[in-house]
Amino acid sequence: MHFPITSSPHLQGGNAIRSVMGQVLLALVPGTVALWWYFGWGVVINVALAGVTAVAAEWLVLKLRKRDPWPAVSDLSALVTAWLLALALPPLLPWWQTLVGSLFAIVLVKQLFGGIGFNPFNPAMAAYAFLLISFPADMTHWLQPSVLTGENLPLQETLQAIFQGTAVLGAQWDAISGATPLDHMRTELSRNLMISEIRQSPVWGDFGGLGWEWVGNWFLLGGLFLIWRGVISWRIPVSMLAALLLIAGMFWAVDPQTHPFPAFHLFSGAAILGAFFIATDPVSASTTPRGQLIYGALIGLLVFAIRTWGGYPDAVAFAVLLMNMAAPTIDHYTQPRVFGAREEDHG
Amino acid sequence: MADIEYRRITLDGLWHNNQALVALLGLCPLMAVTNTLVNGLGLGLATTAVLLMSNLSVSGIRHWVRAEVRLPVFVMIIASFVTAVELLMNAYFHELYKILGIFIPLIVTNCAIIGRAEAFASRNPISASAVDALSIGVGFTLVLSVLGGLREFIGQGTLFAGAPLLFGDIASSWELSLGEEYPGVLLAILPPGAFIGLGFLIALKNIIDKRLSSRAVEVTAATAPAGAPS
Repeated sequence: MHFPITSSPHLQGGNAIRSVMGQVLLALVPGTVALWWYFGWGVVINVALAGVTAVAAEWLVLKLRKRDPWPAVSDLSALVTAWLLALALPPLLPWWQTLVGSLFAIVLVKQLFGGIGFNPFNPAMAAYAFLLISFPADMTHWLQPSVLTGENLPLQETLQAIFQGTAVLGAQWDAISGATPLDHMRTELSRNLMISEIRQSPVWGDFGGLGWEWVGNWFLLGGLFLIWRGVISWRIPVSMLAALLLIAGMFWAVDPQTHPFPAFHLFSGAAILGAFFIATDPVSASTTPRGQLIYGALIGLLVFAIRTWGGYPDAVAFAVLLMNMAAPTIDHYTQPRVFGAREEDHG
Repeated sequence: MADIEYRRITLDGLWHNNQALVALLGLCPLMAVTNTLVNGLGLGLATTAVLLMSNLSVSGIRHWVRAEVRLPVFVMIIASFVTAVELLMNAYFHELYKILGIFIPLIVTNCAIIGRAEAFASRNPISASAVDALSIGVGFTLVLSVLGGLREFIGQGTLFAGAPLLFGDIASSWELSLGEEYPGVLLAILPPGAFIGLGFLIALKNIIDKRLSSRAVEVTAATAPAGAPS
Protein backbone atom coordinates (compact mmCIF):
# COMPACT_ATOMS: atom_id res chain seq x y z
CA MET A 1 0.00 0.00 0.00
CA HIS A 2 1.39 3.40 -0.89
CA PHE A 3 0.61 6.37 1.33
CA PRO A 4 2.03 9.52 -0.18
CA ILE A 5 3.58 11.67 2.52
CA THR A 6 3.70 15.37 1.83
CA SER A 7 4.67 18.19 4.05
CA SER A 8 2.34 21.09 4.74
CA PRO A 9 0.67 23.12 3.33
CA HIS A 10 -1.77 20.45 2.24
CA LEU A 11 -4.26 22.81 0.67
CA GLN A 12 -2.83 24.88 -2.11
CA GLY A 13 -4.28 27.94 -3.74
CA GLY A 14 -3.55 28.70 -7.33
CA ASN A 15 -0.59 30.77 -8.40
CA ALA A 16 -0.51 33.36 -5.63
CA ILE A 17 1.61 35.84 -7.56
CA ARG A 18 -0.68 35.63 -10.56
CA SER A 19 -3.77 36.30 -8.49
CA VAL A 20 -2.12 39.28 -6.74
CA MET A 21 -0.85 40.73 -9.99
CA GLY A 22 -4.19 40.13 -11.67
CA GLN A 23 -5.96 42.10 -8.97
CA VAL A 24 -3.42 44.92 -9.26
CA LEU A 25 -4.07 45.06 -12.99
CA LEU A 26 -7.80 45.13 -12.36
CA ALA A 27 -7.38 47.94 -9.83
CA LEU A 28 -5.39 49.94 -12.38
CA VAL A 29 -8.24 49.88 -14.89
CA PRO A 30 -10.38 52.77 -13.53
CA GLY A 31 -7.43 55.16 -13.32
CA THR A 32 -6.20 54.12 -16.73
CA VAL A 33 -9.63 54.71 -18.24
CA ALA A 34 -9.67 58.14 -16.61
CA LEU A 35 -6.26 58.92 -18.08
CA TRP A 36 -7.55 57.80 -21.47
CA TRP A 37 -10.61 60.02 -21.05
CA TYR A 38 -8.53 63.11 -20.32
CA PHE A 39 -5.41 62.49 -22.41
CA GLY A 40 -6.54 60.28 -25.27
CA TRP A 41 -5.35 57.17 -27.00
CA GLY A 42 -1.66 57.70 -26.32
CA VAL A 43 -2.13 56.24 -22.83
CA VAL A 44 -3.56 52.99 -24.19
CA ILE A 45 -0.91 52.72 -26.90
CA ASN A 46 1.84 53.23 -24.32
CA VAL A 47 0.42 50.51 -22.09
CA ALA A 48 0.20 48.10 -25.03
CA LEU A 49 3.71 48.89 -26.29
CA ALA A 50 5.33 48.64 -22.89
CA GLY A 51 3.39 45.50 -22.03
CA VAL A 52 4.32 43.58 -25.17
CA THR A 53 7.97 44.64 -24.84
CA ALA A 54 8.17 43.70 -21.18
CA VAL A 55 6.68 40.24 -21.63
CA ALA A 56 8.86 39.54 -24.67
CA ALA A 57 11.97 40.75 -22.81
CA GLU A 58 11.15 38.61 -19.77
CA TRP A 59 10.71 35.58 -21.99
CA LEU A 60 13.98 36.17 -23.83
CA VAL A 61 16.07 36.77 -20.71
CA LEU A 62 14.70 33.67 -19.00
CA LYS A 63 15.53 31.66 -22.13
CA LEU A 64 19.07 33.09 -21.98
CA ARG A 65 19.30 32.17 -18.30
CA LYS A 66 18.19 28.64 -19.26
CA ARG A 67 15.11 28.82 -17.06
CA ASP A 68 11.58 27.79 -17.88
CA PRO A 69 10.05 31.11 -18.96
CA TRP A 70 6.40 30.13 -18.62
CA PRO A 71 5.92 30.40 -14.81
CA ALA A 72 7.55 33.82 -14.70
CA VAL A 73 5.81 35.19 -17.75
CA SER A 74 2.38 33.90 -16.75
CA ASP A 75 2.53 35.45 -13.27
CA LEU A 76 1.71 38.83 -14.89
CA SER A 77 4.38 40.67 -12.92
CA ALA A 78 6.11 41.95 -16.06
CA LEU A 79 2.78 43.25 -17.27
CA VAL A 80 2.21 45.15 -14.01
CA THR A 81 5.67 46.72 -14.25
CA ALA A 82 5.08 47.74 -17.85
CA TRP A 83 1.63 49.09 -17.09
CA LEU A 84 2.86 51.23 -14.20
CA LEU A 85 5.72 52.54 -16.32
CA ALA A 86 3.37 53.35 -19.19
CA LEU A 87 1.04 55.31 -16.89
CA ALA A 88 3.98 57.48 -15.84
CA LEU A 89 4.99 58.28 -19.43
CA PRO A 90 3.74 61.25 -21.46
CA PRO A 91 0.99 60.03 -23.83
CA LEU A 92 2.80 61.00 -27.03
CA LEU A 93 6.27 59.77 -26.10
CA PRO A 94 8.10 58.43 -29.19
CA TRP A 95 7.50 54.68 -29.44
CA TRP A 96 11.13 53.65 -29.15
CA GLN A 97 11.56 55.45 -25.84
CA THR A 98 8.67 53.49 -24.35
CA LEU A 99 10.31 50.36 -25.74
CA VAL A 100 13.77 51.16 -24.35
CA GLY A 101 12.29 52.06 -20.98
CA SER A 102 10.36 48.81 -20.79
CA LEU A 103 13.48 46.82 -21.74
CA PHE A 104 15.50 48.69 -19.12
CA ALA A 105 12.94 47.86 -16.43
CA ILE A 106 12.76 44.15 -17.17
CA VAL A 107 16.29 43.31 -18.32
CA LEU A 108 18.48 45.59 -16.23
CA VAL A 109 16.48 46.30 -13.10
CA LYS A 110 14.58 43.05 -12.71
CA GLN A 111 16.24 40.09 -14.43
CA LEU A 112 19.90 41.06 -13.99
CA PHE A 113 19.30 41.05 -10.24
CA GLY A 114 17.68 37.61 -10.40
CA GLY A 115 14.11 38.10 -11.59
CA ILE A 116 10.93 38.44 -9.60
CA GLY A 117 11.49 38.72 -5.86
CA PHE A 118 15.13 39.73 -6.12
CA ASN A 119 15.12 43.24 -7.53
CA PRO A 120 16.23 45.81 -4.96
CA PHE A 121 14.65 48.64 -6.93
CA ASN A 122 11.18 49.14 -8.29
CA PRO A 123 11.65 48.33 -12.00
CA ALA A 124 8.95 50.68 -13.28
CA MET A 125 10.29 53.65 -11.36
CA ALA A 126 13.92 52.90 -12.20
CA ALA A 127 12.96 52.83 -15.88
CA TYR A 128 11.00 56.07 -15.49
CA ALA A 129 14.02 57.75 -13.88
CA PHE A 130 16.24 56.37 -16.65
CA LEU A 131 13.97 57.81 -19.35
CA LEU A 132 13.55 61.13 -17.56
CA ILE A 133 17.28 61.62 -17.18
CA SER A 134 18.10 60.38 -20.68
CA PHE A 135 15.41 62.20 -22.69
CA PRO A 136 14.36 65.17 -20.56
CA ALA A 137 12.81 67.13 -23.42
CA ASP A 138 10.42 64.40 -24.58
CA MET A 139 9.63 63.25 -21.06
CA THR A 140 8.45 66.64 -19.81
CA HIS A 141 6.04 67.36 -22.69
CA TRP A 142 2.65 66.23 -21.51
CA LEU A 143 -0.61 66.68 -23.34
CA GLN A 144 -3.10 69.13 -21.92
CA PRO A 145 -6.23 67.40 -20.62
CA SER A 146 -9.11 67.31 -23.08
CA VAL A 147 -11.24 69.48 -20.80
CA LEU A 148 -8.88 72.32 -21.69
CA THR A 149 -8.28 71.71 -25.37
CA GLY A 150 -11.83 70.71 -26.29
CA GLU A 151 -11.25 67.19 -27.53
CA ASN A 152 -8.66 64.48 -27.55
CA LEU A 153 -6.38 63.77 -30.47
CA PRO A 154 -8.00 61.16 -32.76
CA LEU A 155 -6.54 57.65 -32.69
CA GLN A 156 -4.90 57.87 -36.10
CA GLU A 157 -3.09 61.12 -35.39
CA THR A 158 -2.00 59.78 -32.01
CA LEU A 159 -0.47 56.76 -33.72
CA GLN A 160 1.28 59.01 -36.23
CA ALA A 161 2.65 61.23 -33.49
CA ILE A 162 3.98 58.29 -31.50
CA PHE A 163 5.50 56.41 -34.41
CA GLN A 164 6.67 59.26 -36.66
CA GLY A 165 7.38 61.96 -34.12
CA THR A 166 5.28 64.85 -32.89
CA ALA A 167 6.54 66.98 -35.78
CA VAL A 168 3.73 65.55 -37.97
CA LEU A 169 1.23 67.43 -35.81
CA GLY A 170 2.80 70.74 -36.80
CA ALA A 171 1.52 73.80 -35.00
CA GLN A 172 -1.18 71.77 -33.30
CA TRP A 173 1.48 70.15 -31.08
CA ASP A 174 2.26 73.44 -29.39
CA ALA A 175 -1.42 74.04 -28.76
CA ILE A 176 -2.14 70.70 -27.11
CA SER A 177 1.10 70.05 -25.23
CA GLY A 178 2.49 71.69 -22.16
CA ALA A 179 3.99 71.21 -18.75
CA THR A 180 2.18 69.17 -16.11
CA PRO A 181 0.42 71.17 -13.37
CA LEU A 182 3.22 70.33 -10.94
CA ASP A 183 5.83 71.55 -13.38
CA HIS A 184 3.77 74.64 -14.11
CA MET A 185 3.43 75.43 -10.43
CA ARG A 186 7.17 75.13 -9.85
CA THR A 187 8.12 77.24 -12.86
CA GLU A 188 5.73 79.98 -11.85
CA LEU A 189 6.84 79.90 -8.22
CA SER A 190 10.43 80.24 -9.35
CA ARG A 191 9.39 83.41 -11.17
CA ASN A 192 8.32 84.76 -7.76
CA LEU A 193 4.61 84.71 -8.52
CA MET A 194 2.10 84.35 -5.69
CA ILE A 195 -0.04 81.22 -5.48
CA SER A 196 -3.15 83.39 -5.86
CA GLU A 197 -1.77 84.74 -9.14
CA ILE A 198 -0.73 81.32 -10.38
CA ARG A 199 -4.17 79.90 -9.68
CA GLN A 200 -5.64 82.40 -12.15
CA SER A 201 -4.50 80.11 -14.97
CA PRO A 202 -7.22 77.91 -16.50
CA VAL A 203 -5.17 74.74 -15.97
CA TRP A 204 -6.26 74.48 -12.33
CA GLY A 205 -9.21 72.56 -10.95
CA ASP A 206 -10.36 72.53 -7.35
CA PHE A 207 -7.23 71.04 -5.80
CA GLY A 208 -4.70 70.12 -8.45
CA GLY A 209 -4.57 70.35 -12.22
CA LEU A 210 -7.84 70.20 -14.14
CA GLY A 211 -8.46 66.61 -15.14
CA TRP A 212 -5.48 65.36 -13.15
CA GLU A 213 -7.31 65.44 -9.83
CA TRP A 214 -10.00 63.15 -11.21
CA VAL A 215 -7.40 60.70 -12.46
CA GLY A 216 -6.11 60.70 -8.89
CA ASN A 217 -9.59 59.91 -7.58
CA TRP A 218 -9.96 56.89 -9.83
CA PHE A 219 -6.57 55.55 -8.84
CA LEU A 220 -7.65 56.04 -5.22
CA LEU A 221 -10.67 53.84 -5.93
CA GLY A 222 -8.41 51.11 -7.34
CA GLY A 223 -6.10 51.45 -4.35
CA LEU A 224 -8.95 51.08 -1.86
CA PHE A 225 -10.03 47.96 -3.75
CA LEU A 226 -6.54 46.51 -3.25
CA ILE A 227 -6.61 47.25 0.48
CA TRP A 228 -10.08 45.72 0.76
CA ARG A 229 -8.89 42.58 -1.02
CA GLY A 230 -5.86 42.41 1.25
CA VAL A 231 -3.43 42.64 -1.66
CA ILE A 232 -1.62 45.59 -0.13
CA SER A 233 -1.51 46.76 3.47
CA TRP A 234 -2.91 50.17 4.40
CA ARG A 235 0.31 51.17 6.13
CA ILE A 236 2.46 52.41 3.26
CA PRO A 237 -0.20 54.42 1.39
CA VAL A 238 -1.67 55.96 4.54
CA SER A 239 1.66 56.89 6.08
CA MET A 240 3.00 58.24 2.79
CA LEU A 241 -0.03 60.42 2.05
CA ALA A 242 -0.33 61.53 5.69
CA ALA A 243 3.32 62.56 5.81
CA LEU A 244 2.97 64.41 2.53
CA LEU A 245 -0.16 66.22 3.75
CA LEU A 246 1.42 67.03 7.10
CA ILE A 247 4.62 68.56 5.82
CA ALA A 248 2.86 70.36 2.97
CA GLY A 249 0.32 71.65 5.49
CA MET A 250 3.03 72.95 7.78
CA PHE A 251 4.73 74.91 5.02
CA TRP A 252 1.39 76.13 3.75
CA ALA A 253 0.39 77.32 7.20
CA VAL A 254 3.61 79.32 7.49
CA ASP A 255 3.37 80.93 4.08
CA PRO A 256 0.30 80.14 1.95
CA GLN A 257 1.44 82.44 -0.86
CA THR A 258 4.56 80.51 -1.79
CA HIS A 259 3.49 77.00 -0.80
CA PRO A 260 0.51 75.40 -2.49
CA PHE A 261 -2.48 74.07 -0.56
CA PRO A 262 -1.70 70.59 0.87
CA ALA A 263 -4.39 68.86 -1.19
CA PHE A 264 -2.60 70.15 -4.27
CA HIS A 265 0.28 67.80 -3.51
CA LEU A 266 -2.10 64.90 -3.02
CA PHE A 267 -3.95 65.33 -6.28
CA SER A 268 -1.05 66.36 -8.51
CA GLY A 269 1.34 64.15 -10.36
CA ALA A 270 1.72 60.58 -9.23
CA ALA A 271 1.13 60.90 -5.48
CA ILE A 272 -2.00 58.71 -5.33
CA LEU A 273 -0.79 56.25 -7.97
CA GLY A 274 2.55 56.12 -6.22
CA ALA A 275 1.12 55.64 -2.75
CA PHE A 276 -1.15 52.72 -3.62
CA PHE A 277 0.54 51.02 -6.54
CA ILE A 278 4.24 51.91 -6.63
CA ALA A 279 5.44 52.37 -3.06
CA THR A 280 3.63 49.16 -2.10
CA ASP A 281 5.65 46.98 -4.48
CA PRO A 282 6.02 43.86 -2.31
CA VAL A 283 9.58 43.15 -3.45
CA SER A 284 11.36 46.46 -3.08
CA ALA A 285 9.35 47.98 -0.21
CA SER A 286 9.81 47.48 3.49
CA THR A 287 8.07 44.37 4.82
CA THR A 288 7.76 44.73 8.60
CA PRO A 289 4.62 46.49 9.94
CA ARG A 290 6.48 49.28 11.73
CA GLY A 291 8.98 49.46 8.90
CA GLN A 292 6.21 50.04 6.39
CA LEU A 293 4.95 53.03 8.36
CA ILE A 294 8.46 54.54 8.43
CA TYR A 295 9.09 53.68 4.79
CA GLY A 296 5.84 55.29 3.62
CA ALA A 297 6.26 58.40 5.76
CA LEU A 298 9.80 58.99 4.51
CA ILE A 299 8.62 58.65 0.91
CA GLY A 300 5.98 61.29 1.63
CA LEU A 301 8.57 63.65 3.07
CA LEU A 302 10.96 63.05 0.19
CA VAL A 303 8.19 63.66 -2.34
CA PHE A 304 7.52 67.04 -0.79
CA ALA A 305 11.20 67.92 -0.56
CA ILE A 306 12.02 66.94 -4.14
CA ARG A 307 8.92 68.61 -5.53
CA THR A 308 9.59 71.82 -3.65
CA TRP A 309 13.34 72.16 -4.00
CA GLY A 310 14.23 69.71 -6.79
CA GLY A 311 14.47 70.22 -10.52
CA TYR A 312 12.35 67.42 -11.99
CA PRO A 313 8.66 67.41 -12.89
CA ASP A 314 7.61 64.86 -10.30
CA ALA A 315 9.25 63.34 -7.28
CA VAL A 316 7.51 60.03 -6.65
CA ALA A 317 9.94 57.99 -8.76
CA PHE A 318 13.04 59.41 -7.08
CA ALA A 319 11.53 59.23 -3.61
CA VAL A 320 10.56 55.58 -4.09
CA LEU A 321 13.98 54.66 -5.50
CA LEU A 322 15.79 56.37 -2.63
CA MET A 323 13.64 54.60 -0.08
CA ASN A 324 14.10 51.26 -1.90
CA MET A 325 17.75 51.67 -0.94
CA ALA A 326 16.80 52.26 2.69
CA ALA A 327 14.24 49.44 2.92
CA PRO A 328 16.65 46.65 3.99
CA THR A 329 18.03 48.84 6.78
CA ILE A 330 14.53 49.78 7.95
CA ASP A 331 13.54 46.12 7.96
CA HIS A 332 16.62 45.23 9.95
CA TYR A 333 15.77 47.62 12.77
CA THR A 334 12.02 46.99 12.89
CA GLN A 335 11.89 43.21 13.14
CA PRO A 336 8.72 42.32 15.03
CA ARG A 337 9.14 40.46 18.30
CA VAL A 338 8.83 36.71 17.84
CA PHE A 339 5.88 35.41 19.86
CA GLY A 340 7.12 34.20 23.23
CA ALA A 341 10.55 35.82 22.92
CA ARG A 342 11.61 38.50 25.34
CA GLU A 343 12.86 41.84 24.13
CA GLU A 344 16.44 41.23 25.32
CA ASP A 345 16.63 37.96 23.36
CA HIS A 346 16.84 39.99 20.20
CA GLY A 347 19.95 41.86 21.14
CA MET B 1 62.44 31.61 -16.19
CA ALA B 2 62.75 35.37 -16.34
CA ASP B 3 60.69 35.42 -19.53
CA ILE B 4 57.87 33.56 -17.85
CA GLU B 5 58.02 36.00 -14.97
CA TYR B 6 57.65 39.02 -17.29
CA ARG B 7 54.90 37.26 -19.15
CA ARG B 8 53.02 36.69 -15.92
CA ILE B 9 53.47 40.31 -14.82
CA THR B 10 52.21 41.54 -18.18
CA LEU B 11 49.18 39.26 -18.21
CA ASP B 12 48.36 40.18 -14.62
CA GLY B 13 48.47 43.87 -15.38
CA LEU B 14 46.48 43.67 -18.55
CA TRP B 15 43.90 41.10 -17.53
CA HIS B 16 43.99 38.98 -14.37
CA ASN B 17 44.67 41.87 -12.00
CA ASN B 18 43.35 44.68 -14.17
CA GLN B 19 43.18 47.67 -11.85
CA ALA B 20 39.81 48.84 -13.11
CA LEU B 21 38.00 45.55 -13.71
CA VAL B 22 39.39 43.32 -10.95
CA ALA B 23 41.04 45.46 -8.28
CA LEU B 24 38.42 48.21 -8.79
CA LEU B 25 41.01 50.87 -8.02
CA GLY B 26 41.10 54.33 -9.49
CA LEU B 27 37.36 54.39 -9.99
CA CYS B 28 37.03 58.12 -9.34
CA PRO B 29 38.80 59.21 -12.55
CA LEU B 30 37.34 56.16 -14.30
CA MET B 31 33.80 57.32 -13.61
CA ALA B 32 34.39 61.01 -14.01
CA VAL B 33 36.27 61.46 -17.27
CA THR B 34 35.21 58.56 -19.44
CA ASN B 35 32.40 60.41 -21.16
CA THR B 36 34.29 60.31 -24.45
CA LEU B 37 36.88 57.97 -25.87
CA VAL B 38 39.48 60.71 -26.25
CA ASN B 39 39.08 61.91 -22.67
CA GLY B 40 39.47 58.36 -21.38
CA LEU B 41 42.51 57.74 -23.55
CA GLY B 42 44.10 61.04 -22.54
CA LEU B 43 43.72 60.44 -18.84
CA GLY B 44 44.78 56.81 -19.25
CA LEU B 45 48.02 57.83 -20.96
CA ALA B 46 48.76 60.48 -18.33
CA THR B 47 48.15 57.91 -15.58
CA THR B 48 50.41 55.40 -17.33
CA ALA B 49 53.20 57.97 -17.55
CA VAL B 50 52.96 58.80 -13.86
CA LEU B 51 52.74 55.13 -12.96
CA LEU B 52 55.82 54.26 -14.98
CA MET B 53 57.94 57.01 -13.48
CA SER B 54 56.75 56.43 -9.93
CA ASN B 55 57.32 52.66 -10.17
CA LEU B 56 60.83 53.26 -11.52
CA SER B 57 61.73 55.69 -8.75
CA VAL B 58 60.18 53.68 -5.94
CA SER B 59 61.92 50.55 -7.15
CA GLY B 60 65.21 52.44 -7.50
CA ILE B 61 65.22 53.70 -3.93
CA ARG B 62 63.66 50.64 -2.34
CA HIS B 63 66.86 49.69 -0.46
CA TRP B 64 67.24 53.08 1.18
CA VAL B 65 63.73 53.96 2.26
CA ARG B 66 62.83 52.66 5.70
CA ALA B 67 59.47 50.94 6.06
CA GLU B 68 58.26 53.50 8.62
CA VAL B 69 58.44 56.42 6.22
CA ARG B 70 57.74 54.67 2.93
CA LEU B 71 54.20 55.94 2.42
CA PRO B 72 55.02 59.66 2.74
CA VAL B 73 57.97 59.12 0.41
CA PHE B 74 55.78 57.35 -2.16
CA VAL B 75 53.22 60.13 -1.98
CA MET B 76 55.92 62.78 -2.49
CA ILE B 77 57.30 60.93 -5.50
CA ILE B 78 53.89 60.47 -7.07
CA ALA B 79 52.89 64.07 -6.38
CA SER B 80 56.08 65.35 -8.04
CA PHE B 81 55.48 63.33 -11.18
CA VAL B 82 51.82 64.31 -11.33
CA THR B 83 52.84 67.95 -11.12
CA ALA B 84 55.30 67.43 -13.94
CA VAL B 85 52.72 65.67 -16.10
CA GLU B 86 50.17 68.37 -15.37
CA LEU B 87 52.57 71.12 -16.45
CA LEU B 88 53.55 69.17 -19.56
CA MET B 89 49.94 68.61 -20.55
CA ASN B 90 49.14 72.24 -19.94
CA ALA B 91 51.98 73.12 -22.31
CA TYR B 92 51.46 70.60 -25.11
CA PHE B 93 47.82 69.48 -24.92
CA HIS B 94 46.27 72.63 -23.60
CA GLU B 95 42.71 72.02 -24.86
CA LEU B 96 42.60 68.48 -23.49
CA TYR B 97 44.11 69.79 -20.26
CA LYS B 98 41.24 72.22 -19.91
CA ILE B 99 38.64 69.46 -20.49
CA LEU B 100 40.19 66.99 -18.06
CA GLY B 101 40.63 69.82 -15.58
CA ILE B 102 40.83 68.76 -11.95
CA PHE B 103 41.24 65.09 -12.84
CA ILE B 104 44.86 65.51 -13.90
CA PRO B 105 46.04 66.74 -10.47
CA LEU B 106 43.73 64.10 -8.98
CA ILE B 107 45.85 61.36 -10.56
CA VAL B 108 47.84 61.74 -7.36
CA THR B 109 44.95 60.22 -5.44
CA ASN B 110 44.55 57.30 -7.84
CA CYS B 111 44.88 54.32 -5.54
CA ALA B 112 46.16 52.17 -8.39
CA ILE B 113 49.42 54.13 -8.46
CA ILE B 114 50.28 54.03 -4.78
CA GLY B 115 48.93 50.48 -4.76
CA ARG B 116 51.51 49.38 -7.31
CA ALA B 117 54.26 51.32 -5.55
CA GLU B 118 53.49 49.59 -2.27
CA ALA B 119 52.59 46.14 -3.55
CA PHE B 120 55.06 45.74 -6.38
CA ALA B 121 57.71 48.38 -7.01
CA SER B 122 58.96 48.56 -3.42
CA ARG B 123 59.76 44.83 -3.49
CA ASN B 124 60.95 44.17 -7.05
CA PRO B 125 63.86 45.17 -9.26
CA ILE B 126 63.64 48.12 -11.61
CA SER B 127 63.09 46.16 -14.82
CA ALA B 128 60.22 44.12 -13.41
CA SER B 129 58.68 47.29 -11.95
CA ALA B 130 58.83 48.99 -15.34
CA VAL B 131 57.07 46.06 -17.02
CA ASP B 132 54.50 46.03 -14.25
CA ALA B 133 53.86 49.77 -14.58
CA LEU B 134 53.48 49.54 -18.33
CA SER B 135 51.11 46.60 -18.29
CA ILE B 136 49.01 47.96 -15.42
CA GLY B 137 48.91 51.36 -17.12
CA VAL B 138 47.97 49.95 -20.50
CA GLY B 139 45.30 47.76 -18.91
CA PHE B 140 43.85 50.75 -17.10
CA THR B 141 44.02 52.88 -20.25
CA LEU B 142 42.25 50.19 -22.26
CA VAL B 143 39.35 50.05 -19.82
CA LEU B 144 39.13 53.85 -19.72
CA SER B 145 39.09 53.99 -23.53
CA VAL B 146 36.54 51.20 -23.99
CA LEU B 147 34.23 52.65 -21.37
CA GLY B 148 34.71 56.13 -22.80
CA GLY B 149 34.01 54.91 -26.32
CA LEU B 150 30.93 53.02 -25.18
CA ARG B 151 29.48 55.98 -23.29
CA GLU B 152 30.30 58.40 -26.08
CA PHE B 153 28.73 56.16 -28.70
CA ILE B 154 25.53 55.50 -26.76
CA GLY B 155 25.34 58.93 -25.23
CA GLN B 156 25.89 61.18 -28.21
CA GLY B 157 26.28 58.84 -31.17
CA THR B 158 29.88 59.72 -32.00
CA LEU B 159 33.30 58.14 -31.67
CA PHE B 160 36.66 59.93 -31.53
CA ALA B 161 34.99 63.29 -30.99
CA GLY B 162 37.71 65.76 -30.09
CA ALA B 163 40.49 63.50 -31.36
CA PRO B 164 42.55 66.52 -32.53
CA LEU B 165 42.97 67.48 -28.87
CA LEU B 166 45.18 64.47 -28.42
CA PHE B 167 46.51 63.62 -31.86
CA GLY B 168 46.76 67.03 -33.53
CA ASP B 169 45.15 68.26 -36.72
CA ILE B 170 45.78 65.01 -38.53
CA ALA B 171 42.94 63.46 -36.50
CA SER B 172 40.29 65.99 -37.42
CA SER B 173 38.69 63.56 -39.89
CA TRP B 174 38.63 60.61 -37.49
CA GLU B 175 35.34 61.43 -35.87
CA LEU B 176 32.60 58.93 -36.61
CA SER B 177 29.04 60.05 -36.12
CA LEU B 178 25.60 58.52 -36.36
CA GLY B 179 24.39 61.84 -37.68
CA GLU B 180 22.27 64.66 -36.37
CA GLU B 181 19.21 62.43 -36.19
CA TYR B 182 20.55 60.40 -33.27
CA PRO B 183 18.73 61.67 -30.19
CA GLY B 184 21.42 60.84 -27.66
CA VAL B 185 20.96 59.01 -24.37
CA LEU B 186 21.96 61.54 -21.76
CA LEU B 187 22.15 58.94 -19.00
CA ALA B 188 25.16 57.27 -20.63
CA ILE B 189 27.17 60.49 -20.38
CA LEU B 190 26.08 61.23 -16.81
CA PRO B 191 27.70 59.37 -13.87
CA PRO B 192 25.07 56.58 -13.67
CA GLY B 193 26.06 55.59 -17.20
CA ALA B 194 29.63 55.06 -15.99
CA PHE B 195 28.51 52.78 -13.18
CA ILE B 196 26.20 50.75 -15.43
CA GLY B 197 28.82 50.59 -18.19
CA LEU B 198 31.57 49.46 -15.81
CA GLY B 199 29.20 46.84 -14.42
CA PHE B 200 28.70 45.43 -17.91
CA LEU B 201 32.44 45.44 -18.63
CA ILE B 202 33.15 43.52 -15.41
CA ALA B 203 30.38 41.06 -16.27
CA LEU B 204 31.85 40.63 -19.74
CA LYS B 205 35.30 39.92 -18.30
CA ASN B 206 33.84 37.35 -15.90
CA ILE B 207 31.99 35.62 -18.75
CA ILE B 208 35.20 35.43 -20.79
CA ASP B 209 37.13 34.08 -17.80
CA LYS B 210 34.44 31.48 -17.18
CA ARG B 211 34.47 30.35 -20.81
CA LEU B 212 38.27 30.15 -20.79
CA SER B 213 38.45 28.15 -17.59
CA SER B 214 35.71 25.72 -18.63
CA ARG B 215 37.53 25.24 -21.94
CA ALA B 216 40.77 24.60 -20.07
CA VAL B 217 39.02 21.98 -17.97
CA GLU B 218 37.65 20.34 -21.11
CA VAL B 219 41.08 20.30 -22.72
CA THR B 220 42.73 18.66 -19.72
CA ALA B 221 39.86 16.21 -19.43
CA ALA B 222 40.17 15.32 -23.10
CA THR B 223 43.95 14.97 -23.13
CA ALA B 224 44.39 13.21 -19.82
CA PRO B 225 43.11 9.76 -20.82
CA ALA B 226 45.02 9.88 -24.09
CA GLY B 227 48.26 10.70 -22.31
CA ALA B 228 47.76 8.08 -19.64
CA PRO B 229 49.36 4.72 -20.28
CA SER B 230 46.74 2.12 -21.16
